[in-house]
Amino acid sequence: MTAPARADLAELRTDVRSFLAAELAAGGFVPRCDNWLAGWDEAFSGRLAERGWVGLTIPVEYGGRGRGAVERFVVTEELLAAGAPVAAHWIADRQIAPSLLRYGTEEQRRRYLPEIAAGRCFFGIGMSEPDSGSDLASVRTRAMRVDGGWRLEGTKVWTSGAHRAHAFFVLARSAPLDAAHRHDGLSQFLVPLDSPGVEVRPIRLLTGEAHFNQVILDGVFVPDAMVLGEVGAGWAQVTSELAFERSGPERFLSTFPLLALLTTVVGREVEDGRALGGLLARLWSLRQMSMRVAGVLAAGGDADLPAAVVKELGTRFEGEVVEVATRLLDLEPDPGANGELARMLAQATLHAPGFTIRGGTNEILRGVIARGVGLR
Amino acid sequence: MTAPDSGGGVSAEELAAVEAAVDDVLGDRSDPAGEGYDAGLWSALAGAGLTAVGLPEARAGSGGSLTAAVRIAVRAGAFAARVPLADSSLVAGWLLTAAGLDLPAGPVTTGTGSVRSDGGRIVGSLTRVPYARDADRLVVLADDGRVACLDPASCTVTPGRNLADEPRDEVAFDAPAAESGHVDPAAAQELRLRGALARSAQIAGSVSRVQQMVVTYAQQREQFGRPIGRFQAVQHHTATLVCEVAAASAAVDGATATWQAHGPTSPRTFFAVAAAKVRTAQAAGLVAAIAHQVHGAIGMTDEHPLHSWTTRLWSWRTEWGGEAIWSQHLAERATAAGREHLWALVESAS
Repeated sequence: MTAPARADLAELRTDVRSFLAAELAAGGFVPRCDNWLAGWDEAFSGRLAERGWVGLTIPVEYGGRGRGAVERFVVTEELLAAGAPVAAHWIADRQIAPSLLRYGTEEQRRRYLPEIAAGRCFFGIGMSEPDSGSDLASVRTRAMRVDGGWRLEGTKVWTSGAHRAHAFFVLARSAPLDAAHRHDGLSQFLVPLDSPGVEVRPIRLLTGEAHFNQVILDGVFVPDAMVLGEVGAGWAQVTSELAFERSGPERFLSTFPLLALLTTVVGREVEDGRALGGLLARLWSLRQMSMRVAGVLAAGGDADLPAAVVKELGTRFEGEVVEVATRLLDLEPDPGANGELARMLAQATLHAPGFTIRGGTNEILRGVIARGVGLR
Repeated sequence: MTAPDSGGGVSAEELAAVEAAVDDVLGDRSDPAGEGYDAGLWSALAGAGLTAVGLPEARAGSGGSLTAAVRIAVRAGAFAARVPLADSSLVAGWLLTAAGLDLPAGPVTTGTGSVRSDGGRIVGSLTRVPYARDADRLVVLADDGRVACLDPASCTVTPGRNLADEPRDEVAFDAPAAESGHVDPAAAQELRLRGALARSAQIAGSVSRVQQMVVTYAQQREQFGRPIGRFQAVQHHTATLVCEVAAASAAVDGATATWQAHGPTSPRTFFAVAAAKVRTAQAAGLVAAIAHQVHGAIGMTDEHPLHSWTTRLWSWRTEWGGEAIWSQHLAERATAAGREHLWALVESAS
């Protein structure tokens, strides 16, 4: 793929900004922190899809726009910086479509990719379980061979959007655990969430919201045609996409709407200015790092280590924004406040613990980094 | 968004060749344990054509891009070289050639202070000037845009030093400006940006070398019957250090690419260089602290080489402006941009 011209990227960026400005002016959305996880707005996703900005990288033959990762980076960072509600299509756009393109059958691609690009088909991810968090290879959901397919038995947890999505990817053990080769015997399955035997139980969080779910799989039948990729290769398939998931702008922009609002009230006093400037330097540098990783990934390179670095630094930065804002503002966070700043501070504060947990805890990431430089 | 490794029309191969050449000389001859200015090292670098990269050939420079000059500064930082390589090519040499004057063979240096031109004389003082006592020429910028090239022997040089014993001298002068030229008023700001970029680059190089030292030490030093790098606490310290090193490197590359794309007077370049100086300064402190913690007491001895890098980090992070001033500049621009344009401010600085 040839690199897009600078002018074309600038034009795309201008288009997205104009769209967002018009949406804001028309009350099409309310900017919020962490809105890529919490802001489920199917109508908004639909309006983005009309402009071709969902499934941007999906090839034209599958209903997408056939654009590159760099263009997607531009679109997503603009949406995130604006605090737009992109949760509905987020997982499908970021992970599902690339996985289907890489591992899916022709039938699976034809069935799902055009619907994803149209902003009509939303996905979840079923990886973690009640007893399997950071140690993902310990998943106990079982896939048992039956006539014409597989029968799934187990419980998935932290599946965002499962109560509204159409389908999800399930990682399950399709062969008995071999303690010496724990990563073998895992497979990925494509499971429509309205399949018989699927029960979705929303999990209420400390924010009062319930975007995460527990998903119980009670003898769910999955036909052979809905196995993703190779039986037994689930671990390699799941981990091959981690660099994309860990290095994107959502790993440092979750609290950007708060930072932007903060500049309207602080920064003129010397001490405030130093704190604010320190955050901006971190943010600008993170963006440089994230773009660099995007460039490497677009060229087909390996970026597991720098991706882990982006997520480790970026998610800590997101939390630091909340702490600095709290230190500088004489304001009590209040989700029900009339004032936008108190409301946004409340959202960001309550969401902050998740930043360094989701998508691989920072402790796991530090382990990845230490291994990458030859320790461990 | 620019490709990460392209810099002002310089190919990645050319940059790699420049880096290899400078690593050759520095690897052979750089001796951080020695004292004062290393004249032999300067001659070797000059002989290899590496002391005036990024400066016009018409003014006795070697040609090449700013990106190449920044890469050389990064490597000079990595080797803790006892020569004013970054100061001479990226900062003072630029000022000299921008005023239409020719570079001398030896190092040139400059600094900030108070300078005026008084008829045919140049009068004033500069503070904490790198290697003033050793420089071939001192380049001074007066408040009216006059640039004079002075022989340090004609100035009063009061020796000073930074934490790494690098010369940082006070210089006073009241001398005929025999050799002089003019630059436009924007040059004063570009000089500060160049100084900040030079130190950022040196920090990025220095922390990368410190990372190697920390990893090697953690692999070799054994306690409780195993290498200390096997302990998760040490691994996590090291991971934090690796993150800071990566951030410093990305900041310098990003600022350099922004400069190449938009030029020295663009507000985008100003933001990027300011952000790079703040970010590298942040990294310098954390990296030095972790490096010493991992090395334990031996790292604090004069005998162990670590201090040649950490004392430079503690000095360079405030030279040519530290976090205090550059972060305030960033905040001024952010508050001027306001909520609606903050993102565009950050995004456009690349």
